[in-house]
Amino acid sequence: IHFILLFSRQGKLRLQKWYTTLPDKEKKKIIREIVQIILSRNQKTSSFVDWKDLKLVYKRYASLYFCCAIEDQDNELLTLEVVHRYVELLDKYFGNVCELDIIFNFEKAYFILDEFIIGGEVQETSKKIAVKAVEDSDMLQETVEEYMNKPAF
Amino acid sequence: MPAPIRLRELIRTIRTARTQAEEREMIQKECAAIRSSFREEDNTYRCRNVAKLLYMHMLGYPAHFGQLECLKLIASQKFTDKRIGYLGAMLLLDERQDVHLLMTNCIKNDLNHSTQYVQGLALCTLGCMGSSEMCRDLAGEVEKLLKTSNSYLRKKAALCAVHVIRKVPELMEMFLPATKNLLNEKNHGVLHTSVVLLTEMCERSPDMLAHFRKVRQLFSQLVPQLVRILKNLIMSGYSPEHDVSGISDPFLQVRILRLLRILGRNDDDSSEAMNDILAQVATNTETSKNVGNAILYETVLTIMDIKSESGLRVLAINILGRFLLNNDKNIRYVALTSLLKTVQTDHNAVQRHRSTIVDCLKDLDVSIKRRAMELSFALVNGNNVRGMMKELLYFLDSCEPEFKADCASGIFLAAEKYAPSKRWHIDTIMRVLTTAGSYVRDDAVPNLIQLITNSVEMHAYTVQRLYKAILGDYSQQPLVQVASWCIGEYGDLLVSGQCEEEEPIQVTEDEVLDILESVLISNMSASVTRGYALTAIMKLSTRFTCTVNRIKKVVSIYGSSIDVELQQRAVEYNALFKKYDHMRSALLERMPVMEKVTTNGPTEIVQTNGETESAVLETKPPLSGLQPASQANDLLDLLGGSDITPVIPTAPTSKPASAGGELLDLLGDLNLTGSPVSAPAPQIAQPPFLLDGLTSQPLFNDVAAGIPSITAYSKNGLKIDFTFERSNTNPSVTVITIQASNSTELDMTDFVFQAAVPKTFQLQLLSPSSSVIPAFNSGTITQVIKVLNPQKQQLRMRIKLTYNHKGSAMQDLAEVNNFPPQSWQ
Repeated sequence: IHFILLFSRQGKLRLQKWYTTLPDKEKKKIIREIVQIILSRNQKTSSFVDWKDLKLVYKRYASLYFCCAIEDQDNELLTLEVVHRYVELLDKYFGNVCELDIIFNFEKAYFILDEFIIGGEVQETSKKIAVKAVEDSDMLQETVEEYMNKPAF
Repeated sequence: MPAPIRLRELIRTIRTARTQAEEREMIQKECAAIRSSFREEDNTYRCRNVAKLLYMHMLGYPAHFGQLECLKLIASQKFTDKRIGYLGAMLLLDERQDVHLLMTNCIKNDLNHSTQYVQGLALCTLGCMGSSEMCRDLAGEVEKLLKTSNSYLRKKAALCAVHVIRKVPELMEMFLPATKNLLNEKNHGVLHTSVVLLTEMCERSPDMLAHFRKVRQLFSQLVPQLVRILKNLIMSGYSPEHDVSGISDPFLQVRILRLLRILGRNDDDSSEAMNDILAQVATNTETSKNVGNAILYETVLTIMDIKSESGLRVLAINILGRFLLNNDKNIRYVALTSLLKTVQTDHNAVQRHRSTIVDCLKDLDVSIKRRAMELSFALVNGNNVRGMMKELLYFLDSCEPEFKADCASGIFLAAEKYAPSKRWHIDTIMRVLTTAGSYVRDDAVPNLIQLITNSVEMHAYTVQRLYKAILGDYSQQPLVQVASWCIGEYGDLLVSGQCEEEEPIQVTEDEVLDILESVLISNMSASVTRGYALTAIMKLSTRFTCTVNRIKKVVSIYGSSIDVELQQRAVEYNALFKKYDHMRSALLERMPVMEKVTTNGPTEIVQTNGETESAVLETKPPLSGLQPASQANDLLDLLGGSDITPVIPTAPTSKPASAGGELLDLLGDLNLTGSPVSAPAPQIAQPPFLLDGLTSQPLFNDVAAGIPSITAYSKNGLKIDFTFERSNTNPSVTVITIQASNSTELDMTDFVFQAAVPKTFQLQLLSPSSSVIPAFNSGTITQVIKVLNPQKQQLRMRIKLTYNHKGSAMQDLAEVNNFPPQSWQ
């Protein structure tokens, strides 16, 4: 996987994880381009888009689009499963996750992703273990109060 | 100073902003607060501030002033700090930043930390974005962790190793010992990442690949080990931890299949060892959900790539066939992609699914349509061409514009290869021209014209259909060009109303001229198209009987056209009417059947542009047809004046069908000395060269001793040298070989060399060796010019060079006057 993007239906970025090195300007340009491409696709199309020399695999969950860019030899159908697994992890951690959870706890979303994928490859295939690692790490935080108050929206 | 606001507070506040400007204002205010807080070196709230900064960074605002703060957080002892610090590093501190390397020491320490979660943070960060230097420094630590018994760390270390290998491939060897017992783990995370690591190593290095195929890992060889693991996954009962819709750890299954693919590629033994398990997976996997299909897909890819037995291959293609019928678009998409890869090798098997593939042309998804189109073209053969073409033509009609050019080209190619009859072929071309006329590629026009001339018996039918087509609409340029050319050539057939294939239409000469004139006048016509139309009108002056005066009038009007090209032509045609009327009918006679040129070749048009004398025509219809390509006209420009014989740059070809004959005759008038002027007759069949007919082949054996070569042109890094040869058998002939070289640091492409000589000479250009002059004088283009100089006049030449260099089109004219006397005396 080269990068993962999460964005809303209005095109607002909610998470960006890059596994390749690119200049900031370039990243912004790519994000704009891809968001436009995916938002303009209708329901009847497949979940795969050929883009430059990569393949984009995307899926919409409620109001959020999850998009992965994979290489030519990667398995698109499996990538859909990867995306789905990430959503399941978020759901298990937050309990019935919704977009607001990810907005207000974006750093947690990153932590969870980092327990699932490293360097663009899956590191853990067990839901239980991945989520437990994040929860155990949470326990290590010196003050739970610190900046992680779960606010009432 | 009050405590900085909490992260969530900030997020909530920013979200209340109603306009972009309001948001920007809030952000700027907060950034200022954060900056001053950083300046105060506040340890307590640094973490909170960086977290806020990261949020603002995601919104698109600059956050580079937080980079150093991330480093301080990483170095802190508090886990909270480290967590945010590493996150910030991954977002802000990629290897392009100057301070990136400062992380190395911190990471090194944390890799040896007592808390596994800290170690995990370090491994993760290194594995996601470590630079090459960092990887080199820390590879040893990673290798150590790869051997630990802690599975949490081991899996992360494995992926970190993958990243290190990607960044610094030379370090691969270092990780080899640690891989010995990686697969003996029970832990799926470690197994999965180990397979990824092994895959990376095998893909990168053939040596590694060979090693893994042969050497015994701890307890057994790699392939059997993988097969065993895979078998366990499939056969074992329900395991809740790794289950996805009833399938046990599909991620691991797919990765194993992929590694097996690499191991089995081009290796009979390995392939044989996996035949059974592949068959088992292919038949037993549940296909109701996407996850099962993902595994099947990978299995199919593996089967097709290794040396599998044919039964297995057929099984794989059948799976793909079933995929094609699946309702799920994604599945159809991957099926088409895979079939495209296998259609060359397993052609017959794929043919069986042809009708399903053709149905996919009607799908709504753009990517599916494209793949279906490519696959359809790959499947066209002599048997199914009529049916397939019907579908493809229908597709051309209704598809998106981005497909039309490719589809049109594909149809032309396929039609040319498999056309069952000439009429069908012409009908198909007509259909393409009328439905997608403006998307047809430019080079298709000359190909079509050539095709049409070759179908002699269809001329009347063709011209009639073309005429009808542009009557309604003359906006599609390629269509109009082909139609104009045909009307010009076969206008007489059109008005005489002879047509066998279909009902002949009644057309008068005036009506034909009407349509051609409309093309000339119309704003929609490109300059090239107008050229075609004017020439066509001129040709009709010999084919039509009643309207010659009208034609004369039209031609003279365009003598003052603003368009230089048109003006040039009109002036010449006018001259034909006035001064050379006796030559007109011969010049404008029917073009002969052209030699067939393969569409794949670099050469295209076989049209020879000749001005010829019809005086002594015996055998074949003369090479007539005034088709002054812009080349000829440019060269006329070169030499100025109106009394110059246009040169015959037959650059693209070396087979002017029967040109030899007539020029011989021309030359006959010019008093050739010493050479046996054989009768025109034998020319038709072979000698490609105009002047070869004069002498026996090969021409150049009788080389006059050492004529000094000259540098004809040297400018802007482009140098053109001329070397000379004279033939003893025909002293009027000088053969010049040009060599073009390029001393700049960029290649010159699309190089075209043209030449013109004064009236008393004859010149022939043969095909160049290529059209690209490589940079740094690393190669040359050679081209042969033959000059006939019967009057032994001093050789002069004007040359015109066009090429592309450094992204811009270059053009230059030059005169060559330094020919050595030995080359022409």
